[in-house]
Amino acid sequence: MTLKTPEQINDDLLRPLSGTSGRYWVVLAFLAGIVVAALAAFLWQIYAGLGVSGLRSPVFWAFYITNFVFWIGLSHAGTLISAILRLANATWRRPVTRCAEVITVFSLSIGASFPVIHLGRPWLAFWLIPYPSERGIWPNIRSPLLWDFFAITTYLISSVTFLLLPMIPDLALVRDRALGWKKKIYGVLALGWTGTPKQWYQLETAMHIMAIAVIPVAVSVHSIVSWDFAMAPVPMWHSTIFAPYFVTGAIFSGIAALILAMALLRKFLHLEEYLLPIHFDNLGKLLLMMSLLWFYFVFSERLTGWYGNESSEMAVFWLTQRGSFSPLFWTMVFCNFLIPFPLLAIKKLRTITGTAIASVAVVVGMWIERFLIIVPSLSHKYLAYSWGEYRPTWVEITITGGTFAAMALLYMLFSKVVPIISVWELKAGPREAAHPATALPRINEAGAD
Amino acid sequence: MAIDLDRCTGCEACVVACHAENNISTVGEDQAARGRAKHWIRVERYYEGEFPDVKMKFMPVLCQQCDAAPCEPVCPTFASYHTSEGLNGQIYNRCIGTRYCANACPYNVRYFNFYNPEWDKPLNLQLNPDVSVREVGVMEKCTFCIQRIKAAEIQAQAEKRELKDGELKPACVQSCPPTAMVFGDLNDPNSEVSRLAHSNRGTKLLAELGTLPKVTYLQRDSWHDAENT
Repeated sequence: MTLKTPEQINDDLLRPLSGTSGRYWVVLAFLAGIVVAALAAFLWQIYAGLGVSGLRSPVFWAFYITNFVFWIGLSHAGTLISAILRLANATWRRPVTRCAEVITVFSLSIGASFPVIHLGRPWLAFWLIPYPSERGIWPNIRSPLLWDFFAITTYLISSVTFLLLPMIPDLALVRDRALGWKKKIYGVLALGWTGTPKQWYQLETAMHIMAIAVIPVAVSVHSIVSWDFAMAPVPMWHSTIFAPYFVTGAIFSGIAALILAMALLRKFLHLEEYLLPIHFDNLGKLLLMMSLLWFYFVFSERLTGWYGNESSEMAVFWLTQRGSFSPLFWTMVFCNFLIPFPLLAIKKLRTITGTAIASVAVVVGMWIERFLIIVPSLSHKYLAYSWGEYRPTWVEITITGGTFAAMALLYMLFSKVVPIISVWELKAGPREAAHPATALPRINEAGAD
Repeated sequence: MAIDLDRCTGCEACVVACHAENNISTVGEDQAARGRAKHWIRVERYYEGEFPDVKMKFMPVLCQQCDAAPCEPVCPTFASYHTSEGLNGQIYNRCIGTRYCANACPYNVRYFNFYNPEWDKPLNLQLNPDVSVREVGVMEKCTFCIQRIKAAEIQAQAEKRELKDGELKPACVQSCPPTAMVFGDLNDPNSEVSRLAHSNRGTKLLAELGTLPKVTYLQRDSWHDAENT
């Protein structure tokens, strides 16, 4: 492959920001339509009451909390992967990091909206915020839901910072090439970046601090999400394995989402020369490792539960293994292990198409996994008389569909506003090492990065 | 509270009395079939034996007012909390409807208002003025008829005396034809309910979970005999 000059890189990566095709607007309108339908469904739910959902006694959490866990899990794509790869100084990460960090911010925002959507009285959601109020009480710090509130807020703030920091030089680049009102907006967003050595040094230092800080935050978030379940004395929930199991599942689904997003970006934004087969190959290996880890966790959880043979646990165990939830259970195993394992383990199949297919399977499988953790346990709690079966209604299905559309919509909009591949990081990469124009960023290569 | 399973006939008078006393709305056939029925006390039916030689057993289940209640710590807004008298209080106005308490409750005795409550005429005219009506999105459950407890306490205080054992009864206890249910002060070692709680027929529902329930179930004599032989 011929090396590209920095000017060519600029042209290639900033091209999506200038022109938009008719097809783009059609897809955008279609996605926006689904999002509007989901918003309408939510408003209808507020107006009529939560009874319009399929929730019932004793299944008080279902689709909404599944979506909550799923999207928060997906958010581990970005920040965690990008931070680990930065710290490990994996140079192949350069074109991947921003795609990943954007997934984090958007999926976290979507996930964080579900605890509000699922409330009986969503208009009082602000009561979770600790502030001196006329009610005279603070929120209950013993409640895992409050831990969620703090963990998700911290994670959102840190992942937004982690996304915005390395965007600054690129925004400045866009500013320098833009005209008119666009120049003004990008000028404000670029925060006066001129690319002096001092600014580079500060940016690299800040990135390094954030990369280290964000890893424990990300791990804590999904651990706390798992504790929403593990803290309650509910069969198959009350388990010590839940925190690492959830974190593993989160990274697993996150990598899958990242591969999927990259494959789509590569096709539609014509980034064939930037998102290379090697990136999919490397991420495919990571996904393979997470798939094996996931299988290991499910196996350990199931084996110990079955061997312990505790009657209330076994009711839930057999319900998922052989009962009414078994088709979903085996679909999950198929999607999360049987499809990805051969696709990712055999080198010939670990192509862009292969990893993309595996990723679709994993995203579907992980959604089912979240559902299977929540619903069977709740529907078969201790007293057999109070058992009940859950069926979702159109309201929940519409809102769930709306979140996937919202994710795609936000991603599409973002890729039109900000270069989806970090231009300066790419230029600082080893394949440009001979070029004098990139000497400045490379100073920092030796230092903090 | 103590419930004698030998005496319970499954007549469900307690369920009706509870609905009337506590302003519990009936949700209608359709919603009940979809699992939205609200009965702060319910009579569970279990079947023993093979058809046609089947025996039906009844077990009234209500909030066990646990001392170590799983519903309390999980509530982010202190809507579910422990009162100084040891009851599991439920403050409707604080509830934002996370429904975490209902998931944590092993007895499934917490009920959610999926819609605003409605009553068929003329039931809307018989609401108890001592009990607040709960709006949509709020969790509710058995309170041991806290309004009756408070009223009796205030009365006793006004008369400058202690509450007498058996002086006050929740609606379910009051309406139980075979007097299967006994209510009283567990802190008073001489009360009837204390005596029954320490009876060797006494068991706690799902005691193995360590929730320390305050409702004692008195085993059927047939079970008791089978255990002792």
